Parts: sequence; structure tokens; C-alpha cells
Amino acid sequence: MKRLRALREAWRWRRKRQNRLLRALWKRGELRCLVDRTAAIGAGDVLVFCTLRNEALRLPFFLAHYRRLGATHFLFVDNDSDDGGRELLMQQPDASVWHTRGSYRASRFGMDWLQWLLIRHGHDRWCLTVDADELLLYPHHDTRPLPALTEWLDARAIPAMGALMLELYPKGPLDAQRYSAGQDPAEVLQWYDRANYTITRKSDIDALWIQGGPRSRVFLADRPRQGPTLTKVPLVRWNRRHVYLNSTHSMLPRGMNREIYDDQGGEKLSGVLLHTKFLPQVVEKSTEEKSRRQHFGDPGIYDAYYDALIQAPDLWCAASTRYTGWRQLEGEGIMSRGEWA
Amino acid sequence: MSAELGFVMLVHDGLHRTAQVARYLAESGSPVVIHADARTPATDFRQLQTALADLPDVRFCRRIACEWGTWSLVVAMRHAARLMLDSFPQVRHVHALSGVCLPLRPVSHLAAFLARNPDTDFIESVSVADVNWTKGGLSAERFTLYFPFAYKRQRWLFDRAVTLQRALHIRRDMPEGLAPHIGSQWWTLTRRTLGAILDEPAAPQIDRFFKRAWIPDESYFQTMARVHSRQIESRSLTLGKFDHQGKPHVFYDDHLQLLRRSDCFMARKVWSGADRLYAHFLSDRPDAPAVDTEPQPSRIDRHFARATQQRVRGRAGLYMVSRFPVRNRENGKTAEPYSVFQGFTEMFRDFEEWLSAVSAARVHGHLFAPHKVEFAGREKVFAGGLSDSASLRDYNPRAFLTNLLWATRGERQCFQFGPADTQGRNYDLLSFMASDPNAQISVISGAWAVPLYRSGQRAEQLRAEAARLQRIETAMLGVLRSPAAHARIRIWTMAEFLENPSDPMHSIFDEIAPHQQARLIQMPELVDMQGFGAFLQDLRNQGMQPVLMGDFPLGVTDPAPGHRIK
Repeated sequence: MKRLRALREAWRWRRKRQNRLLRALWKRGELRCLVDRTAAIGAGDVLVFCTLRNEALRLPFFLAHYRRLGATHFLFVDNDSDDGGRELLMQQPDASVWHTRGSYRASRFGMDWLQWLLIRHGHDRWCLTVDADELLLYPHHDTRPLPALTEWLDARAIPAMGALMLELYPKGPLDAQRYSAGQDPAEVLQWYDRANYTITRKSDIDALWIQGGPRSRVFLADRPRQGPTLTKVPLVRWNRRHVYLNSTHSMLPRGMNREIYDDQGGEKLSGVLLHTKFLPQVVEKSTEEKSRRQHFGDPGIYDAYYDALIQAPDLWCAASTRYTGWRQLEGEGIMSRGEWA
Repeated sequence: MSAELGFVMLVHDGLHRTAQVARYLAESGSPVVIHADARTPATDFRQLQTALADLPDVRFCRRIACEWGTWSLVVAMRHAARLMLDSFPQVRHVHALSGVCLPLRPVSHLAAFLARNPDTDFIESVSVADVNWTKGGLSAERFTLYFPFAYKRQRWLFDRAVTLQRALHIRRDMPEGLAPHIGSQWWTLTRRTLGAILDEPAAPQIDRFFKRAWIPDESYFQTMARVHSRQIESRSLTLGKFDHQGKPHVFYDDHLQLLRRSDCFMARKVWSGADRLYAHFLSDRPDAPAVDTEPQPSRIDRHFARATQQRVRGRAGLYMVSRFPVRNRENGKTAEPYSVFQGFTEMFRDFEEWLSAVSAARVHGHLFAPHKVEFAGREKVFAGGLSDSASLRDYNPRAFLTNLLWATRGERQCFQFGPADTQGRNYDLLSFMASDPNAQISVISGAWAVPLYRSGQRAEQLRAEAARLQRIETAMLGVLRSPAAHARIRIWTMAEFLENPSDPMHSIFDEIAPHQQARLIQMPELVDMQGFGAFLQDLRNQGMQPVLMGDFPLGVTDPAPGHRIK
């Protein structure tokens, strides 16, 4: 009986995965290719996939950061930016750019579009899927570029690396800071919460569900269930059969989620996505986001959250930790080097 | 002296590094023979040949297609070794290296070392009966079973074939006179031993046997050396470490100091992108150790042993994105020892203040109080970003506790607990603490009645609340007394405790602050208990039966206040 149920469950997830793949095929019609430099992609290249809208301010550092890590090609889906970001991307010699006017929300927050590009260009390659406000760090990233990491993972047949999305914030009101394009966001957003995260194991897809951080602490103290999901699976040896289930928090087939963590006490290798959402521009952007209502999940419940952001709150507290680099994050257990010493 | 040391290199990709290493070795005066995998692209190979064309003592041997873990690697090695011995008669020792090996010391150092040990074969060679490092369960069976399938490409068939042969009790016999040994492929053999192995008279029979063994490149030379060598030193001169899966650790630029201080001759495996390592070790180093320095790999051993520990056991009390142990696999449920007090703030005046004054611990109030987290100093946000909001805490009380203990590593945490506090579903929180050897839980049962008594309200108003708290505490005591409890648990009834409060206080305190002179410390002051016995009787008169306090006389007498512990 139990086995039968497990089989039915497996079949259900399989159907779900196939539906997602079909959806991606269907949604590719919304994409218009502006610059296609994918012919330049080489065999061992690590690719960066990103959907964005009006992120011109963040892009210079974003590109510099991932190039420094050793990413060799960027695949961007521009959701109709009007801040000059699209033109900036089209000039990059290592970027291919697609444009769409489609609804971000209706394409599952851009995932359907990226899913198609992942199928088309990511198969059997190491793919990094991130938002424009996410900067990946992993242990030793300053001396071991991405190819070193992916070779190491390949040698051990590890198909993915997980990461905690770590929210960085400034000291003082959000809009009292100054950030200019090209600057390292961590110079402005110097602080983080080091130990207020809760973890639940979602038994249906075998994924961890991590919540907490400053957003829960400040905005959602009375409804912690709605706290942001901080689990991420950004780096994957992609297969055209894979799909991201919701944003990049979890994947199908379900076994992929199990690759991220050890449940026998050991630590697997993991990274961190520095979330640079709280740059000063977030205050005005929140006004726009609130009216566009394109957010993940039920948009209505985010109204209070956006209202709070528009007030430019101070997320800092005496218990905040100043960010000093990956060794600190590794020491604090925010990420782990596992056996990659 | 370097000319008496020859190098055979087995390479298949990253040939630009091969060119660098071969040039370095050859320019030091040593002959080099390179075997390049026949499957290496022809253009890459030609480039390698061109790059080394100016070096007369670099030779290329016949190329065969190599597959991991198969006989082809032994054949390749034999071709290379044969060419070495035939072309360079002055060579007295042959050192085998791969395309990812990097010399850490000048070749003359290794040559001098070998000149000091002219008849010794340095080859790790361990009897299969005694090895404990083989991963995947195959050691002796490497030689007694057949392996028709490739491990890396046909894993499923490989595994099935092994299972089937085990079931059928299939067994091959070892050729007469051979004792199977295994070890690292990266050996250093004398001309005499290597020559004898290559000229082995029983070769066809032995070859047939090893062709069918699994990973013969780790056993052929290791076994044959046992037959022909006069003096074996069973260790590899190449530094290489293996992880818990048996995969080789890789060296990167950030290992430079570690490798430099190891004083080893050769390291494997080095990442092909490690520019700094190649640049540093393949140049004339002013910082090279003295020529007769012995290799000291122990520091590197410790470095990687720590890493394996982190991968396999993890850090106690850490729950994070890549470590989420199932129950009882935590290797330490919490990060640090901590103390839980139940009933103490009720019995003593200013117990928190007293405890934080006399110990170095951080003393909180009721962390799990129903409406607010009572952090020490009643902070709004505590270490790590923990909020005093009850709803955030109650969303996952266990994570709240593990977070707190993780965030305050290095400082002992003490907090108050009781039946009026959040318990989590099914006493989840207390079950967790009770099963945690880091927890020191001290309970004065029934003490919850003291605040009720002191509230001044009448017994009939308090009856329901008293019954509720007693019911909860009874369940809590059940959890604490269960066989799954591994915490340091002490339980007294109020009556027992009051008989002589200093004894229990003394032993608790000794555990919290073992180096303090507990006996010299002033005891905290007990609250006024006049009339408590009568209050209990009132509750009884209301139909409630308070039992957890123990036998309380109607007119209780306080022990003398202000006396010293013991």
C-alpha cells in the first residue's frame, strides 16, 4: 500500500515536471532574441542565467563579480527594462540577451523563460541561475574560480550546490545610504543576521525550507510562516529534463534537492547568495513593485511589507554582524566548505 | 646526480601543464619519458611534442588508449618504463608521475635522497588482507572476481556482475608465488627491480591474471615489487591525500604555504588552473629547504583530516543549508553546554541576578515565556539576530534554541523554564533538551505554585490554573524521566529541596562554573514561604490535589537565610 502511494506520488511529480517543461516550450514564444552570442560557448564553460527588469544600477558589479568568479557567458532575459540596462547588456561581449514584454508573474516569475534557455543552452553544462540582486559566494572563491569548483563536483558526481540567500542590509534608514553603479554592494550593505534561521524539511520534495533573517525579524514577526524562503539551488549541472520548481528554491526531479544537504550529521559543500535587495533604491522601487503586483505567491499579502519598505526602515540592530568575507560566513556556519579544504 | 633519476609521465589532458613539468624535470638534467593517452586529441599531442622538441632527453613512448582502472594503464606504464631503461642506461631510479603531479622541490633534492638510498624501492605496497582504505567494499575481491565491465561507464552492469559472482561463489586463483598487494601508482623503483618486473619470466600467466583484476594499475607493480625487490619502503614519495569517498584531494593556489612547508618531493593532484603553484614550484626557489631535509607531510595530513571530519561528522549544533541531520544523527544536538532551571526563580528572590553575578554565564529569564522572550537584560534582539517576538520563536522553538546556542558559542547560557512556558507540539522542546547531553536541567517540582500563592488571590480563583500547571509539569517530568533522556537531569520536590537547599545548589553550580569557589558564595535569598502550606491546603479544600511539591507541612519553616553553601 505504502509502495503504491509512493509510486503514485512519483508519477504525480513526474507529470508536474513534464508540464513545466511543456510550459517552457510554450512560453519561449514570448522571447525575442536581441543578441545571440551563444555560439561562443565552449565545452567547460560555466553559464549565468538571469531574468531582470530595471536593474541597470546593479549590472556593472553583477557582471564584474561573475566574470571574476570565472563565469564565461551570460544569458539574460530582459523583462522590458526602460532604464538603459538592456542596451548595457547588449554591449557585453560575453552576453546573449532576449527581450520579452510578457508578464513576469504569468511566466512564474521569469522561470518559464529561463527554463527554456536552460533546456536550449544549459544541457550537460554547469549553470548558475541567479537574480540580478544575488551575488554567489562559495568557500575559497577568491582563489578557486568556478571551473575549479565544478571540476571538483564533477569528480565526485555531485550534480548541484546549494546556497543560503543571505540578506545584507545597511546601518541606518535604507534610503540614507549612497550607492553608485559598479560599486560593491557589500560596501553599502555591510550587515547580516547570522543565526536566526529556521529549517523545515519538506518531505514531499525532500527539500529544506529555510526562512528567517532580517525580513522575518522586522516585517513578519507576527506571521513567520510568510517569512521569505532562503533556500537556493543556484549552481546545477543542468540536464534538459531538470526543472526549477518554485523560483530557484527547489528542483525536480526530487532527488536533486537531496544532493544539497547531508542528513547524517556531515556537512556538504555549500555557498551563499548575498542578497543586495536593500540598496537605497529599494524604497522607490517598492512603490513601483506594490503597484505592479508581480510578486511571488499571493501579491496582496505583501502590501504591508511594501508599505513598511516605503517607510525606509532601519534593519540594523545591536545583534547584527558586520560582513567581512567568506571565511567569516564559513566559520559562522552560514555556508560550509564540506571536504573541499 | 639528476641524470641518474628518470621520470615516466602518464598524461591524458591538460598537456600545457605536462609541457611545463617535463621541461622543468628535463632542464634539471633528468631524462623524461611521456606516455600520452592515445585518446588525447592529435593536435594537443603535437603541440606537446613541439613544445618539448628542444629537449633531447624527453622521449615519447608508444601510445595506447587508456581507461580508468584497467590493464591498459599498466601496459602504458610498462611501455614508458621500458623506453626509459633502454634509452638511458645511466638511470638508477625511475619515478612515476601523472599529468597532475607537481614537483615541490628541486629535482636534485630527490636525486640526492635516492642516492642516499640506492637500493631502496619506494612503493606503497600493502597486502590486500590488511588494507582499510579501499572504498566501495572491494579489496581482496579485486583479484578473485572477474570485471568485464567498466566501472565508470557501465556502473550498473559492474555492480550486478559483482553481486552475481558473489552469489555464485565464483573465485579466481592467484598465480603461484604471488601475494596481492595494492597501493599508490606513483612509485619510485630502482633500475634493478623495475627491470626484473619488465623481464618477468612468468609474464604471460601473470599478465592474464592482472588483466582481469580490478584497478590493476594499483596492484600490478605493487605485487610484483614484492617478488623482485630486495628492499621495499612501503610509501609513496608523492604526497597525495584522499577524501572520505576515496577521491584524491586537489591542491589549489591557496595551498601554497601548506605545500611549501611540507618539504615533500612531489604532490598530486594539482588543479590545472593553479597558476601560482606552477609558477612558484617550477621556478628557481630561493626559499627551497636544505637539500637533505626530510619530507614532513603531517601538517597537510591534519589539514585534510579536519576537512574529512567536517564532511563526515560536521559541526555540533549547526543546522544549515547543507547540514540538516535527522533525529539522533546530529553528532551533538546543540553547540555548547547550557543550563535549564525550573522552579528556581519562583523559590529564590532575584535568582537571575544572583546567578549572573556569581558565574560567568549568560543568564536569561524565561526564554519560552508565552508572550515575550525574556533575554538577559531583556534585550529586544539577541545574538545572531534572534528576536524577542514570541510568534517568531514559537514558529520553531527548537530552532530558536539551537540558534541561540550556536550564536553564543564560547559563553554558557542559562535560562528559566516551567510549565507556564511554550512547550512546542507534544513537549517537543523539552524532549529535545532532555535527549541532549549538553543540557543540564534542574527542576524543583511544584514551585510554580509559589507565584500563585504570592499573587494574593484566593485559592478558588487559582484552582484551575494550578490544576493546569500541575498537569503540564507532570507530563514534563514524564519526559525527563524517560529512558531517552541523556541530559544531566536533577529533580527535587519543593519539600526535598527546602530541607537543605545548599547541597543541590552546590552541585549545580559546580557544573556551571567548575573553577569557582562555590563554597564561598553567598546563597540567594529564599522567598517568604510563610503560609504556603496553608495555601496548599486551601487548594485541596477547593478539590484540587497539589502533589508535585512533595509533603508540605501546614506550617513550613524556612531554613536559616543567608547561610553559605555547604
